[in-house]
Amino acid sequence: MSVLINERTKVIVQGLTGREGSFHAQQMVAYGSKVVAGVTPGKGGTLHNEIPVFDTVAEAAKVTHADASIIFVPPPYAADAVLEAIDAQIPLVVCITEGIPTIDMVRVAAALRGSATRLIGPNCPGIISPGKCKMGIMPGQIHKAGNVGVVSRSGTLTYEAVGQLTHLGIGQSTCIGIGGDPIIGTSFLDAVRLFNEDPDTHAIVMIGEIGGNAEQQAAEYIGANVRKPVVGFVAGQTAPPGRRMGHAGAIISGGTGTAKEKYEVMAKAGIHCIASPADIGQAIAAELRKPATR
Amino acid sequence: MKIHEYQAKEIFRRFGVPTPRGEMVTTPEQARAVAQKLGTPVVVVKAQIHAGGRGKGGGVKLARSADEAQQLASKILGMNLITPQTGPGGRIVRRLLIEEGLDIKRELYLSILIDRAVEAPVIMASAAGGMEIEEVAHSNPEAILKETIRPAVGLQPYQVRKLAFGLGLSADLIGVATPFFQALYRAFLETDASLVEINPLVVTGDGRLIALDAKVNFDDNALYRHKDLAELRDLDEEEPLEVEASKYKLNYIKLDGTVGCMVNGAGLAMATMDIIKLAGGSPANFLDVGGGASADQVKSAFKILMSDSAVRGVFINVFGGILRCDVLATGVVNAARDLGLKLPVVVRMEGTNVEQGRQILRDSGLNFTIAEGMKDGADKVVRLAGGAQ
Repeated sequence: MSVLINERTKVIVQGLTGREGSFHAQQMVAYGSKVVAGVTPGKGGTLHNEIPVFDTVAEAAKVTHADASIIFVPPPYAADAVLEAIDAQIPLVVCITEGIPTIDMVRVAAALRGSATRLIGPNCPGIISPGKCKMGIMPGQIHKAGNVGVVSRSGTLTYEAVGQLTHLGIGQSTCIGIGGDPIIGTSFLDAVRLFNEDPDTHAIVMIGEIGGNAEQQAAEYIGANVRKPVVGFVAGQTAPPGRRMGHAGAIISGGTGTAKEKYEVMAKAGIHCIASPADIGQAIAAELRKPATR
Repeated sequence: MKIHEYQAKEIFRRFGVPTPRGEMVTTPEQARAVAQKLGTPVVVVKAQIHAGGRGKGGGVKLARSADEAQQLASKILGMNLITPQTGPGGRIVRRLLIEEGLDIKRELYLSILIDRAVEAPVIMASAAGGMEIEEVAHSNPEAILKETIRPAVGLQPYQVRKLAFGLGLSADLIGVATPFFQALYRAFLETDASLVEINPLVVTGDGRLIALDAKVNFDDNALYRHKDLAELRDLDEEEPLEVEASKYKLNYIKLDGTVGCMVNGAGLAMATMDIIKLAGGSPANFLDVGGGASADQVKSAFKILMSDSAVRGVFINVFGGILRCDVLATGVVNAARDLGLKLPVVVRMEGTNVEQGRQILRDSGLNFTIAEGMKDGADKVVRLAGGAQ
């Protein structure tokens, strides 16, 4: 099994006919994902790479009964695209777009509350259940189906972790890139809870970074509720305070949000914390060799 | 993006947030003229740099005459102002704000920012004006009053009353506080600010509320819809290499180590800095070339690393996804041919088209060191850059 997406997931691509959307939709199809429709306002009724295009998400959802949508829309229009998908009651929406103004995401966050939609991202690589469905921009070939759940705020650092796991012959149930922005749809806590409830996820990798306290919130939940082994890494141990490190959310403000503070809470929750990003695969391998004790 | 205090105050006035009267000047003669024009018994001469703690560094002075304003201005202009926030290098003062002196009865604190925990703007106030809010949060957290602003509703008068009574303002000042706080919220919202801060917010002897200081940071992601605000950027306040990098849409932050790094993706870039430290070295920079970098961008990134005189070795760490390893290798080889390979360069590549990428490096005939994995790469570059410190 896997969380959120599987071999039956029917996917809409918002922004299908743009450069990014077009390229990644083809990659997703090549991976085996069921891409059933695209949405580009003004191009409804046409076909793009054999995928039917609709003018609105509501229409695409009605005709195709899609249960997920992935958004490749430029930053000025991306929040509107998410709101449209929420309005169409799409259960799962993945927003890849980087650079959405924070205040736009404040409005999206308000619309998400009480809605039928779970949002992943924005500013994320997406989600993949290896061998079943890929909704994102990650290189599919580095993944391997298996029983480790991976959740991360970063893109390429997730690939790094997955690469190490696959290299050791350890497969993944689902990998979720939750995104590097300050306001995101799915938190570490949400993802960890999903992995905890999934019988086919046997261990969890959590890759955090400086800024905010989402890692600490997940750690507190893990300490109280999770009996599966969890390996944790926090990027930015050497980051200077007050500077935004690439990701809009990666900033240490007023001495809070540091890697040290996150590691302390994570270690207290019984998470197997590692200082080196090169040790993620080995740490999971070690945890999986242990008899179940947690 | 950061702006100067005088620019923040211009924005405040545009939205109806009261500030002291004053003008920005760049010469002592202008300082004298403005002081004369203001005509108050005391004027304040304030250095304009993008860092707080200016008073502690000697960048804020009181003048009791236009002559004195001119003298102080000639002393402060051009000085290297070192404050707790500038770092030991300090900043050269190029602009001053000359303002009227006020009769101050109380100093308060007021700010608006996005609180990621509640996913909404919050307005924060404290009676401890003039103190760093982080310090107050640490020593006396209950002294900070907070109201969450629901974006669909806006900042309501009852919320201002809660804050104002909490600050101990008298009933007649509540009527003044309501339009003041609401104007500040409009300024925050309509400029897409990530922070507006007034520290201190003062109550004057004649019962006015005035923003004695002003700090505004803008959300970089929203600058595309504020061309006028984007023009307020002051390149003199930024690290020259960072300015250069921003021209090529590269995410670069200068640090003080000796190992230059070029990485794709912000998370992996931070992790690369961390592993260099674990290997006993220290990173010279953060550099994220982004997910879909072109060979040209890679080349520019390489040039920027090479022009940092502190760099003793370079570590290129790329996990190819959208950015293919062959594109990266081509960019690096072109840059190395152009500039000459004067420093050891360790390349670690993984992912899409990794074999083609490695082949391009080998065929170049240039002396790259190829690493297997992040740890091997970090160990190699630290050794080549002169060993652990």
